[in-house]
Amino acid sequence: MQGDPRAPVILVEYGDYQCPYCGEAYSIVKDVQKYFADKLAFVFRNFPLTRMHPEAENAAETAEFAGAHGHFWEMHDLLYENQDALGPEFYLAAAKELGLSGEELNEALRQHAFKARIRSDFMGGLKSGVNGTPSFFMNGKRHDGPFDFEPLVAAIDAELRASAYARTAGH
Amino acid sequence: MTNEQLLPPGAAAPNFTLNATPDQSLSLSDLKGRPVVLAFYPADWSPVCGDQMALYNEALPEFQAYGAEIVGISVDGVWCHVAFAKDRKLEFPLLADFEPKGAVAKLYGAYREGDGFCERALFVIDKNGVIAWSYLSPLAVNPGADGILQALEQLPK
Repeated sequence: MQGDPRAPVILVEYGDYQCPYCGEAYSIVKDVQKYFADKLAFVFRNFPLTRMHPEAENAAETAEFAGAHGHFWEMHDLLYENQDALGPEFYLAAAKELGLSGEELNEALRQHAFKARIRSDFMGGLKSGVNGTPSFFMNGKRHDGPFDFEPLVAAIDAELRASAYARTAGH
Repeated sequence: MTNEQLLPPGAAAPNFTLNATPDQSLSLSDLKGRPVVLAFYPADWSPVCGDQMALYNEALPEFQAYGAEIVGISVDGVWCHVAFAKDRKLEFPLLADFEPKGAVAKLYGAYREGDGFCERALFVIDKNGVIAWSYLSPLAVNPGADGILQALEQLPK
């Protein structure tokens, strides 16, 4: 999670590292995070469309590997900033850039050490109503509109108002 | 446009026979004895990565865990379905409700008369051929798989 877990709005994105729409959403989410500052926390969960995107699973496992060593968000960002380069050479280079062991990464990928974790994200997403990538949820409610900056901001604003109302009304 | 236009839970699922490929047809009765998910949808080739059919393709193992078959139905012709299924690497059948146009969708209350294509409508049919759950989604919203999974979960084992 990026941001304070007690933030009034938690934005969850289910994403696929090889999905071009998620690639577009990547910079939009960063702008949204800047806009709301500490009112927003952001969570990324894996939803790889493995039958459509051959590198989606490996990219996700690479990010989870980096996460196990405290570098999830840097790897997440590197992957989205280099979608055209996704592949075994890139994962190695990215791991090295983050000071991680390339051998350990390759071993983790070979053994699919993080596959269960990613599958669990995927199943959770399916059960929560994820319908494609990227899929956004604000405080658990699926966002059905476009994921451009304005519609995302409007939806988060609405959720901020709703949660403020709930607090003042003593719910 | 409401859920009420669709055949409701408790109704027998009307049998049908439609082409799945240019030389193969599939009947609902072929699938009797296992749960069946019918996904009516407007058209192939919507320009989104995670469109509804691709999503169900990803979720196939989850449907299969319930012993369920899933079938997609639109008014597109078989050759269109063949090309679309190949492009999306779909591993479940797409049926062509092509001639007479929308006839099967009409049986299920899932045809958009003015537009000439199917509603985005989901049905879960139990292994005895009775509709257990149906859901009409707004055209612009991909309904995802959660409703289907819940309905499959609630079927008697």
